[in-house]
Amino acid sequence: MPLIELRDICKTYHIGELDVPVLKGVSLSVNEGELVALMGASGSGKSTLMNILGCLDHPTSGEYRLGGQEVSRLSADGRALLRNQKIGFIFQNFNLLPRTSALENVMLPLSYTLEGLSDREAQDRAMTLLDRVGLSERSHHEPSQLSGGQQQRVAIARSLINRPSLLLADEPTGNLDSRTSAEVLHMFQELNQQEAITIIIVTHDLQVAMHAKKIVRISDGQIVDGDPSGGGLQVGGIVEGYESSDVTT
Amino acid sequence: MKAYRTINTALQALGRNPMRATLTALGIIIGVAAVIAMMEIGKGSSAAIERAISSMGANNLLIHPGTAASGGVSFGGGTATTLTPQDCEAILQECPAVRSAAPDVQARTQVIYGNRNWVPLSINGSTPAYLDVRSWTDMAEGEMFTDRDVRNTSKVCVVGQTIVRELFSGASPIDKKLRIQNVLFRVVGVLSSKGANMMGADQDDIILAPWTTIKYRVMGTSLTNVNQSSSSSGSSTSTEVNSLNRLYPTSSLNLYPVPSPTQMADTPQPVRFTNVDHILACAQSSDEIPLAIRQITELLRERHRIRPNEAEDFSIRNMTEMTKTLSSTSLLMTNLLLSVALISLIVGGVGIMNIMLVSVTERTREIGLRMAVGARSKDILMQFLVEAIVMCLAGGIIGILAGCGGSYLVTLLLRWPTETSLTAIVVSVMVSATVGISFGFYPAWKASKLDPIEALRYE
Ligand SMILES: Nc1ncnc2c1ncn2[C@@H]1O[C@H](COP(=O)(O)OP(=O)(O)O)[C@@H](O)[C@H]1O
Ligand SMILES: [Mg+2]
Repeated sequence: MPLIELRDICKTYHIGELDVPVLKGVSLSVNEGELVALMGASGSGKSTLMNILGCLDHPTSGEYRLGGQEVSRLSADGRALLRNQKIGFIFQNFNLLPRTSALENVMLPLSYTLEGLSDREAQDRAMTLLDRVGLSERSHHEPSQLSGGQQQRVAIARSLINRPSLLLADEPTGNLDSRTSAEVLHMFQELNQQEAITIIIVTHDLQVAMHAKKIVRISDGQIVDGDPSGGGLQVGGIVEGYESSDVTT
Repeated sequence: MKAYRTINTALQALGRNPMRATLTALGIIIGVAAVIAMMEIGKGSSAAIERAISSMGANNLLIHPGTAASGGVSFGGGTATTLTPQDCEAILQECPAVRSAAPDVQARTQVIYGNRNWVPLSINGSTPAYLDVRSWTDMAEGEMFTDRDVRNTSKVCVVGQTIVRELFSGASPIDKKLRIQNVLFRVVGVLSSKGANMMGADQDDIILAPWTTIKYRVMGTSLTNVNQSSSSSGSSTSTEVNSLNRLYPTSSLNLYPVPSPTQMADTPQPVRFTNVDHILACAQSSDEIPLAIRQITELLRERHRIRPNEAEDFSIRNMTEMTKTLSSTSLLMTNLLLSVALISLIVGGVGIMNIMLVSVTERTREIGLRMAVGARSKDILMQFLVEAIVMCLAGGIIGILAGCGGSYLVTLLLRWPTETSLTAIVVSVMVSATVGISFGFYPAWKASKLDPIEALRYE
């Protein structure tokens, strides 16, 4: 059963008089439990698509069904609730609250959860997740006292706190070196296999892409090739190689 | 989002930049402290001013009897004899707005001590309450005569400073005997100096005695005479034409053989209806003067059996001018303090708004992140609003302590009168919360209207 169904999603930005079409009719469906790699050249519209998938933004036109629910026309508050409950977001630049401990960073989404968890329960849950990403010893460290890989792992723990059914990672390894990238990506695979969480990763790493059940290539706002077997890297040319050196957001 | 979590989040956010939070709150602290200190000092001084002015008689009410007239000839204000000592007692008992009341019987005649004589400006017969009415309770020497002296028609009196100077050459007059109209009065007390009144009349030129004594022992024989050597010859000219006066035993109407002055003084007759010249009353406060007037009017109309359409047989005067001065003084004071309070709090509020705006800009990414993990715009609004309110309230509380401490120091070091004012405290807490809400709202609203993607991308 498809968790995500996109039909003819268009997104156009207006800069003054100018219309900038970024997504030009994207149709896509992602099944529950899939690990999808989203690839494409810089500026091709990956982040824009991820923002729509993550309910941070709504499309100019088109339909977006998440778990059977039409969400493209939801109100801002409705989308906020969805982001809180169903979606975990992981950013390239981690986006942890500065001068706030790892534990509290992980608990952050719980502040906006309607179900009333007690402080104890919330802490226990956050500690379990930190343990899971191997940072239980660092729970009281602030982001500035953690390495990039550790920060990204805190961010992953944070994205999991509300047990989302969908994880969206926009270039999660873009700011990491190759070894920590591998660690982080391994963690995504593990989550996908053990918890059957649907994950969409924007990546330039072919290695990761190979592990994905599905590779979606996007070029100039359109899906080019939904074939999981991969084939060549014809879209956008072979730019990045195996490590990401691209820092587009 | 639970309330305590919101507060917790706000405290954490403030705690991340304690120096800035403190400096921001300082605006409110200084504002509130100034307000509290000003209010307390101001209240103390305006109470002191009020006391000073009311000791000049600002709260006094003078109840005059009405005008007597005969055949179209009016005899002027106060010529009717309608006020009784019982009226005075009733006023005291039945008018809650009246603090105290005293009857007043006046005489003007010669006073003799040894080989000196003097005509005091006023010889007043009254009750001990007279001093309370006139806020004149501190005696320079000796004591005031008592209610018992009034009942017993005792021949005692207290004298003012001018009398001491003129009759006794400054020596202590206590227990000395002075003579008024051939009646010997023992001096039991000396009044403190009060100086001239607003019209320049010497208020210390006074002899106070029980009104019964003045009425029955002194005035029974001397109505208007100044010179007691010619007491027998003169009587009020009005008695001849004023038929009303004949009803009353105080007039020198010859229904019965006229007793000699000595006889009169020695055997005062019990009289059923005695009138007094005025009744002096004192309102609880200057604010209650109109109420007191209303209550007294109602009571006296009833007591004098005046029908609704009939004119009153008495009139009440107050010191309108002084009362006006009094109320305008305190109004000025209050307005002055209010404007100071307003200005300092607005300055503090602008400080808070400024810092909150900076803080919102600075934390744009944080806001974006919070929105990305599920914060609704309402949550963001609350978070920043609560931050502003927490700062204001904390500032307000510290300000209250500082203000109270400040005014305490002022009392201690400068000896200015201050009065702790609970309203000032309550008002400043409410005002600082209001400042927090009103000046914190715009930045918070601005934060809540941010677009999550834009905010996340903000550099
Ligand atoms: N807020 C915006 N306003 C205007 N143009 C935008 C905005 N966001 C993105 N774009 C444009 O949309 C295109 C796709 O951007 P993006 O989705 O971030 O690409 P990427 O695939 O590198 O993540 C870019 O050309 C970018 O300039
Ligand atoms: Mg991007």
